[in-house]
Amino acid sequence: MTTADPVDSPSTPKAAPAARPAGGPPGVGGRAAITVSGLRMSYGTYEAVRGIDFEVARGEIFAFLGPNGAGKTTTVEICEGFRKRTGGEVRVLGDDPATAGPGWRARVGVVLQESAPEALLTVRETLAMYAGYYPRPLPVARALELVGLTDKADDRSDRLSGGQVRRLDMALALIGDPELIFLDEPTTGFDPSARRAAWDVIAGLRELGKTIFLTTHYMDEAEYLADRIMIIAAGRIVASGTPETIGGRATDATLISFTLPDGVEAADLPDLPAPVTVEKNRVAEVAYEYPMQILGVLAPWALGRGCPLADISVHRPTLEEIYLRLTKEDGQ
Amino acid sequence: MSALSMTGHQVKYDLKAFSRNPRARVFTLATPVILLLLLVSIFHNNTIKLDGQELILAEYYVPHIIVMGVLGAAFGNLLVTIVGKRESGSLKRRRATPVPAAAIISGDVVTSIITALVIAAVLILIGVLFFDVKVDAAVIGVTALLCILSAACYSALAYAVSVFVGTVEAAAPVVQLTTLPLYFLSGVFIPSPQLPSWLNDIMSYLPVRPLGVALQAAFVPATNGGSRFDWAAVLVIVVWGVAGMLFAMRRFSWAPRRR
Repeated sequence: MTTADPVDSPSTPKAAPAARPAGGPPGVGGRAAITVSGLRMSYGTYEAVRGIDFEVARGEIFAFLGPNGAGKTTTVEICEGFRKRTGGEVRVLGDDPATAGPGWRARVGVVLQESAPEALLTVRETLAMYAGYYPRPLPVARALELVGLTDKADDRSDRLSGGQVRRLDMALALIGDPELIFLDEPTTGFDPSARRAAWDVIAGLRELGKTIFLTTHYMDEAEYLADRIMIIAAGRIVASGTPETIGGRATDATLISFTLPDGVEAADLPDLPAPVTVEKNRVAEVAYEYPMQILGVLAPWALGRGCPLADISVHRPTLEEIYLRLTKEDGQ
Repeated sequence: MSALSMTGHQVKYDLKAFSRNPRARVFTLATPVILLLLLVSIFHNNTIKLDGQELILAEYYVPHIIVMGVLGAAFGNLLVTIVGKRESGSLKRRRATPVPAAAIISGDVVTSIITALVIAAVLILIGVLFFDVKVDAAVIGVTALLCILSAACYSALAYAVSVFVGTVEAAAPVVQLTTLPLYFLSGVFIPSPQLPSWLNDIMSYLPVRPLGVALQAAFVPATNGGSRFDWAAVLVIVVWGVAGMLFAMRRFSWAPRRR
């Protein structure tokens, strides 16, 4: 299913607009925020992006995943207008980012991966400086409130903690009241509670009708936030879809495992629709698309013998497992 | 108008950041003041002979330490600031906003000019109050004009040189290595009559000595055949500034160099 994906990926966006009835701002609803077709990018003889297609609908949170060096940053920077492409078509909010002007910049917010705080200015001053760059900025107090930095407004921005700095970055991306926001690994290095707080901020932006293009290395982040996920490996899209269904996640086999009771060997088990393998420590594993058919046979057998199978687990493939499989297969 | 007000907006915050920067305050503001006080005091404000004209040391050192102040503000401090902002991703982030590049750059240039003017004013004040330097409106006017012009040119050179400086750690040593020898060789610390004349001739074509010569003429026109404005010297500074600007326009990058 993975090898055919570069071809079928353009078909996936059709599901997205229906999933987000709240949509974008009035008058532009229905049109995609980002449309990319046949995008290619070469550095000398090395082809970092090898003809990719995707669409991001207005008002959705779109997560873009991939290993380092897969072409992720290149693609994002092309969409942000920081990099010129070698080939293909890119439209972001209706314009070509390679040639779009200040009017377009005012509608796009960017949280860069590598940015450090403005040294020597307070949080409030930094936001006021950036607000001055935009035609219709949010009030500084509103941006502070959106990211939860109101208490730190008068602190020097180079004395903030790592998590607070990233929230300031987020506020700087929001100060111009953009329609579309690029978030490049927004929670890298966060402790779990700061991560949760950042997720709340990002989820809150969706409620405001913003379109979010998110890159991350955290699968739980993509799963929690994203309406749709796209995975890139070695310059090609290897899968795209919702967090629940991407890469065949919804239809893949479920893994059922339990420790064999004392005196019971694999051969003593009842007939199951799929083969049983016994791992070390006498753990039996069965993988099957229809888990209830396994459980339906195992349960009466176990109850009849009076052995509880107390450690039985029913495991669905996680996003991380799907991701690792997809990026490994196409990683060479 | 909008680009102009955007520049004003930027200058407000650049000056705020400058005023809170201890490195900038010490190196850019305090060092020239200390050097002027030391150099003039150590030599008891003796008289020296320059181009057949007798002048007291303070009349020599006030204009020449102004050179140091202008170069420190518009080249040294700006170079460190530019590399710092570039490598922290701050310049790239600003390019992600609608702010015109011209507003960011002219913000830097105007900040340099204002700083240079403040330093020049302080140095002149010290000369007048403590060392018998005489100034009138013409001296002040020409000095201000020269400070504005040269600060703009040195700012362009700072943008040009930043192309060769990859990390913020390297920026301060690069400033020291480029400016310190030039101060010694261009008559900033050692009065130029005491330097070999061939050296003075060479240095007249580099960007530092001509500013000292031009400022000296502003203070003591007799060193320039009676004319307060040394056009030839100003031309050299402008040529360097334009060359720096053209180079920076080709090669300057907003994105961090590392990675």
